[in-house]
Amino acid sequence: MSGPAGRGGAISVISPQTDASDTVGVRHAARRRKALVWAARLATLIVVIGGWQLLTSAKIVDRFFWGQPSGIVAQLNDWVRHGTAYGSIWLQIWTTFKEAVLGFVFGVITGVIVGVLLGQFRFFSEVLSPYIKVANAIPRIVLGSLFTVALGLGIAAKVSLAAVLVFFVVFFNAFQGVREVDRNLLNNARVLGASRGATTRHVVIPSALTWIIASLHVAFGLAIIGAIVGEFLGAQRGLGLVIATAQNNFNPNGVFAAMFIIAVLALTAEGLIGLLERRLLSWRPPSQIEASAA
Amino acid sequence: MTSTVARRPAQIELSGVTKRFLTPSGSMFTALRAIDLAVGAGKFCAVVGPTGCGKSTTLTMVAGLDRPSTGTVRVGGQVVDGITAGTSFMFQADALMPWKTVLGNVALGPVFRGVPKKEAQSRARDWVRRVGLAGFEEHHPHQLSGGMRKRVSLAAALINEPSILLMDEPFGALDVQTKAIMSNELLGLWEQTRPSVIFVTHDLEEAIALADQVVVMTTGPGTVKAVYDIDLPRPRGAVQEIRFESRFVELHHQIWASLREEVEAAYALTAQGRRS
Repeated sequence: MSGPAGRGGAISVISPQTDASDTVGVRHAARRRKALVWAARLATLIVVIGGWQLLTSAKIVDRFFWGQPSGIVAQLNDWVRHGTAYGSIWLQIWTTFKEAVLGFVFGVITGVIVGVLLGQFRFFSEVLSPYIKVANAIPRIVLGSLFTVALGLGIAAKVSLAAVLVFFVVFFNAFQGVREVDRNLLNNARVLGASRGATTRHVVIPSALTWIIASLHVAFGLAIIGAIVGEFLGAQRGLGLVIATAQNNFNPNGVFAAMFIIAVLALTAEGLIGLLERRLLSWRPPSQIEASAA
Repeated sequence: MTSTVARRPAQIELSGVTKRFLTPSGSMFTALRAIDLAVGAGKFCAVVGPTGCGKSTTLTMVAGLDRPSTGTVRVGGQVVDGITAGTSFMFQADALMPWKTVLGNVALGPVFRGVPKKEAQSRARDWVRRVGLAGFEEHHPHQLSGGMRKRVSLAAALINEPSILLMDEPFGALDVQTKAIMSNELLGLWEQTRPSVIFVTHDLEEAIALADQVVVMTTGPGTVKAVYDIDLPRPRGAVQEIRFESRFVELHHQIWASLREEVEAAYALTAQGRRS
């Protein structure tokens, strides 16, 4: 944003009165603050994990029910070295990841298509809106039982459940995004001679993209929930099955260890979506991107 | 421009145009009543009137974005019943796509008309240069000042070489100096391509400095109160200077007397809170 953009005059940040020593002082303060934040974060982690470890070691909290950080680490170590009851831990992770990603992809694609179509054709959206409301009110996680019965213990049931959960979030956001498109932009495109398709491509979709991408962050979390719950309900492998087994064996460390793996998975996906967001929405003013990343 | 056939400016005719809206509360609101207005081919017509007198509605009907309730709008002799071909519209608010660069925004017109992307871009590059924004092709609208964004809008409106240019208070949000500069540039570019223009504004000085014809509208429901021919010679030159010429002052005096009654009537209505 340096150079020619400054000519507009509206963008200059540093006033002419600011001298060099001021700038250094401001930078210094900012750096100190950042260091303080990181130190406090580390302290929080130590207090929580250390406290947990201490309380369970001192038998104030029963580690048989609530697990213990050292036990969780031992459990993870055991899985990596000797595998789980259903094969290597990597296979379990890969299975769950594959189910979540496939469900995510199907859910996002159908959600965007249906959302953009219904957003543009008022008649259909008016016809369908009560049914959509009903479908949204249903606790959709229960569909997992249906999918397990209908599609069996394989991957299809989990992918379907994840896709259904993802679909609704993405659909509602895409729909809303299309409805919020600036009338001026639409009119301008029409006057300039844009066909319906060109309007959708050049105006409606880019405009709705902000909304759609905002929904992806939530959507991937839901995809993982769908995959895990699907595995809970009946599976031959996957992290959900590992958790269910740990539960049946009264092994809280196993539950926490699997939870930890899932969290790492989700954070990785979140990072990738963040990258995608920054790429697709690079046109936005930087302050907005920072605000949404925070 | 070698590749496009330059369009002939078209005459704009509104006869007996009335526009009513259904308000959310269910009552009828008449925005325009029995408008008769003709803008000759290649003429610059400015429309002034109090806020809410239906000036913008008139423009949307000429563009074909909206239909009159009764009466007809003709452009180049043809009744408007779809989007009017060969029209460009400059809106009061920015109508730039924030996700497209300056070049991408200016190239939209040709792209929408099926011009191959490469040619559309080279034409856009030429227009970006003509509005004085060379070097800003890859900037996004949010990186530009208000005046620069208006230049982009102007280039995007003129690149299709429109036969009609509709402008809805295009410089309303600009500061006085920028507005004067933009008015000069608009005149310069208009004199090169000479489309027929309807320019809505509430700035009477701007209207007289730019137009061949100033239309005064009454307060809601809007009707045409009077039409004044502006016989100042063309090319007009700098708008900041023309306002000191005696003929300009005379015209301003005359039209303001007419406009003032309407503005006062509109103000009285708003003050009483009677407008729906």
